Amino acid sequence: MPKAKITFEDVEQTVNVPAGTRIIEVSEKIGAGIIYGCREGDCGTCMMHVTEGWNNLTEPSVLEEKILRENMASRHDRLACQAQILGNCKVKPA
Amino acid sequence: MPLDVEARPATEGVDVSRHRESVEIATGVHWIGALDPTLRTFDIILRTANGTTYNAYAIRGSQGVAIVDTVKIEFSSEFFARLETVARYDEIRAIVLNHLEPDHTGALPELMRRAPQARLYVSTRATSMLKALLKPKEEERRFVYTTVGTGDEISLGERTLRFLHTPFLHWPDTQCTYLVEQQVLFSGDVFGCHYCDSRLFNDRVGEFRFSFDYYYAHIMRPFKQHVMDALKLIEPLSIKMVAPAHGPILRDRPRRYITHYRELSTSSLAGAICNKEKTLIIFYMSSYGNTARMAEAVCAGAEERGGVRVSLYDLEGGEIEPFVDLIEEADALAFGSPTINGDAVKPVWDLLSSLAVVNLKGKIGAAFGSYGWSGEAVRMIEDRMRGLKMRIPISGLRVKLIPTDEELEACRDFGCRLSDALSGGKNEPAVIDFADLA
Repeated sequence: MPKAKITFEDVEQTVNVPAGTRIIEVSEKIGAGIIYGCREGDCGTCMMHVTEGWNNLTEPSVLEEKILRENMASRHDRLACQAQILGNCKVKPA
Repeated sequence: MPLDVEARPATEGVDVSRHRESVEIATGVHWIGALDPTLRTFDIILRTANGTTYNAYAIRGSQGVAIVDTVKIEFSSEFFARLETVARYDEIRAIVLNHLEPDHTGALPELMRRAPQARLYVSTRATSMLKALLKPKEEERRFVYTTVGTGDEISLGERTLRFLHTPFLHWPDTQCTYLVEQQVLFSGDVFGCHYCDSRLFNDRVGEFRFSFDYYYAHIMRPFKQHVMDALKLIEPLSIKMVAPAHGPILRDRPRRYITHYRELSTSSLAGAICNKEKTLIIFYMSSYGNTARMAEAVCAGAEERGGVRVSLYDLEGGEIEPFVDLIEEADALAFGSPTINGDAVKPVWDLLSSLAVVNLKGKIGAAFGSYGWSGEAVRMIEDRMRGLKMRIPISGLRVKLIPTDEELEACRDFGCRLSDALSGGKNEPAVIDFADLA
């Protein structure tokens, strides 16, 4: 299975994950500072900023786009409960 | 030409409970708010011994009138009565909303109906809230508003309103509005308090200092960093009067209240702990001394590493309030609780449910405890800390009944790892594999 590296900049921790893993699955286990609310893409609490590898995450769904817009997300913000890791990337809490 | 604040003669001996007229607080600037003297509990969380005021203001210029904020819906008739003594609805050009909470926007829909030509001015963060508050029907969705940020201005002719973007004081949408020529700051909830006195001005009303501090402690304290950011915008201004959305209008030495906000937002004795030193506080409760022994071992382990200032407290011997103060300043918290009837013990929950007034986001949390047969407390405390936006880098430690020497050694190691996580996780490998995560 293809692997990818995701780095959580706030805790300076990099994890090697199988491609397709959702960020929420990793960040909670290592205690990164991304905070979760509904965990289903509706509340916007887990908004994070992608500092590198923006294109290495799955495309946001229409619903995620809507929540990001409502929460005044900047260009490279995503919801950690929705985004899946496809290639190397670096993230931090928004 | 600069305009003076003046207008003192009209406000000498003012008592707004006796009439429903506007009060000129500065030349061309009128208070058109409402008194709520019987209110005792505000927003569930705040108590007030003599009610509150909902302050709204009308500013007249040669090119129209601006209204700054409105009142709670139940007080609309008082607000409109006062407004009508100073302006016609067709003169209103601008409605400025410094804060969208319903106690300031209750009369807004009716004001928009009566003054349909007026444009709304809100902060850039306010639009989604504005729509949620007004709930416009499909056919009304085209209501007009303008978002403004720091430095944006609207001119009323000889008077100019300049906006300051001051978010999270205490909602994301909050802003302040500065009347440039007369140096009046319409500050929204900032510098406000729940204190009702019909004499309106800080040099006339009764003793309200306690209300001012109480309001700060419950409304602004969780947002101290945002207060500091806002003060960077407010402090350089020349200010002759601060006109908040609740409580007395601060015309006598307004600078004192601004300085006081900086003091309240700055940690007292901040220099007592060296800047590079992180702080860990360990709280515990113990019935047979087992969790207490674990706490002592965790404490010893955390101290071993150096660079971390560790404090150990038995919850049985302290009050909630000072512990909340300690927690606000700490970098990491560890809670030790036995499990009794499948739950953590009440003093732990009492403290963990008293933290809404402080910002915990990003602090490190940890839990441990001795248990008899099921041991749920540790996981429950961890979940609560996650809910409080803390992060839990090290999985909790449980010991069945009396800790052995090996188990106490594990507690010591737990303290060491906590200390490492606090000082940057130096000992953790640079890359870990997903499969190795618990």
